[in-house]
Amino acid sequence: MSAKNSPIIEIKNLHKYFGKVEALRGVDLTVESGKVIVVVGPSGSGKSTLLRCINHLEVETVGEVWVDGKRLNERNKNINEIRAEIGMVFQLFNLFPHLTALDNIVLAQHVVRNRSRDEARQIGLQQLERVGIPEKADVYPGQLSGGQQQRVAIARALAMDPKIMLFDEPTSALDPEMIKEVLDVMLSLAKEGMTMVVVTHEMGFARAAADRVIFLDFGLIVEEGSPAELFNHPKHERTKLFISQILQQ
Amino acid sequence: MTLDPLAESAKRGVPSLQRQRDTSTGGLSGLPWWLIAILLVLVWGAYFILTTADYRDAFDFIVQGISTTVQTTIYAFAIALVIGLIMGLGRVSRNLVFRNFARFYVEVVRGIPILVLIFYVAFVASVDVAAALGMDSRDISSQARAVAALAITYGAFLAEIFRAGIQSIGRGQMEAARSLGMSYGQAMRYIILPQAVRNVLPALGNDFISMLKDSSLVSVLAVRDITQVARLHAGSTFRFREAYTVLALLYLSMTLVLSSLVQWIERRLHVSQK
Repeated sequence: MSAKNSPIIEIKNLHKYFGKVEALRGVDLTVESGKVIVVVGPSGSGKSTLLRCINHLEVETVGEVWVDGKRLNERNKNINEIRAEIGMVFQLFNLFPHLTALDNIVLAQHVVRNRSRDEARQIGLQQLERVGIPEKADVYPGQLSGGQQQRVAIARALAMDPKIMLFDEPTSALDPEMIKEVLDVMLSLAKEGMTMVVVTHEMGFARAAADRVIFLDFGLIVEEGSPAELFNHPKHERTKLFISQILQQ
Repeated sequence: MTLDPLAESAKRGVPSLQRQRDTSTGGLSGLPWWLIAILLVLVWGAYFILTTADYRDAFDFIVQGISTTVQTTIYAFAIALVIGLIMGLGRVSRNLVFRNFARFYVEVVRGIPILVLIFYVAFVASVDVAAALGMDSRDISSQARAVAALAITYGAFLAEIFRAGIQSIGRGQMEAARSLGMSYGQAMRYIILPQAVRNVLPALGNDFISMLKDSSLVSVLAVRDITQVARLHAGSTFRFREAYTVLALLYLSMTLVLSSLVQWIERRLHVSQK
């Protein structure tokens, strides 16, 4: 843990266009190893785009993204190696429906990390234990509840031993009674010192786990600070408006 | 035109009652009458073959072509599957050359009648290929030429089926696979294609049936498939009715078996997807 305070993600002047629409308009962000960053903002503010630029699911139009000391760019042949270090959890889970929960977790370990099937299965079972559903190992995603699917998705990402975990609105597609089981997993992960960038509207999670909250609007970071600062004493008008709308829900 | 409300409702009532009866699944209306009719036709044909000397002779002669028809279809379809898969991947590839080549191939093949393609492959392309390989084109059997022609034709059809299957898989699957560090090829092989192929199995089955029927076209190359031997039989005995009735019934019974197989696969996929 000597590298605790060294930046593991560095984003410099990031612009992203979709055609003529500018989704990100110059974002600078540094994330130190072991920190939990929560990104909030109205829909269409560029939160997901920012997250997806970090593992190059979206390629930046202008600017630089550095992960773990490596610059991401389109010609980078090692993008797969960098991605293997970055776990990603999606709003709609994106489990592989033709594979069982355990095989979902085993596959990438086997073909990307070159672990033997047996080793990958061992690790897969440990990860299912960690997210609280070891009994679902041989079940197909279609037979799992949303909360269980999302926990399998988290286990799938964790099995790769990532250095960073990205969460893209992980609870937005869940029924209310399932949100807690997913947030609990994320909280314990934060306590274990995982570097996390989380796009979410769950203020409770942000208060409990975030080192820093970033408010994004119209593709720019409007304000950032500790959860207490940002939620209790927002400085900018837009932040105030957004926070009050969120808290009303 | 009447304004009598009773008559109006009666008129409207009649078709709706008929519709209800048509779609109900119980009783006599639920039976597959079309299938029973086809089976009766086949039984009727079998009866003639068993009891009439002219029909029996036609059958005995034509049935010799079955193995050629089946072989040609299976070989050509197997090669077409390979071509179709590669070209289907090309259709969705980000590689400019690969993508355009695949599109070029598909459009060219789809723009030419199968019969013309068969002539072209058999009498022009295979001569060129033989020359390029330093072979004598006469060493290439007409069945091999027929297989090549059918495979090239159906490769284009299957490419479009594979393309549709790949595109039917949501973008999130590719993103999830890539975010785990898999390469594009690994994601295709382990994530996208298994799901895509499953989705297009019924379509592939239907194209197999189409190819079985289109294999009759290779009779123009004097390949001794059932169509060709039926023509030979008709030509030598002048028993046209017998020869072509037996020929039609043979195709019908083969396609009937295959299409019920496709339906069975379709039902199983439907059940297991729930």
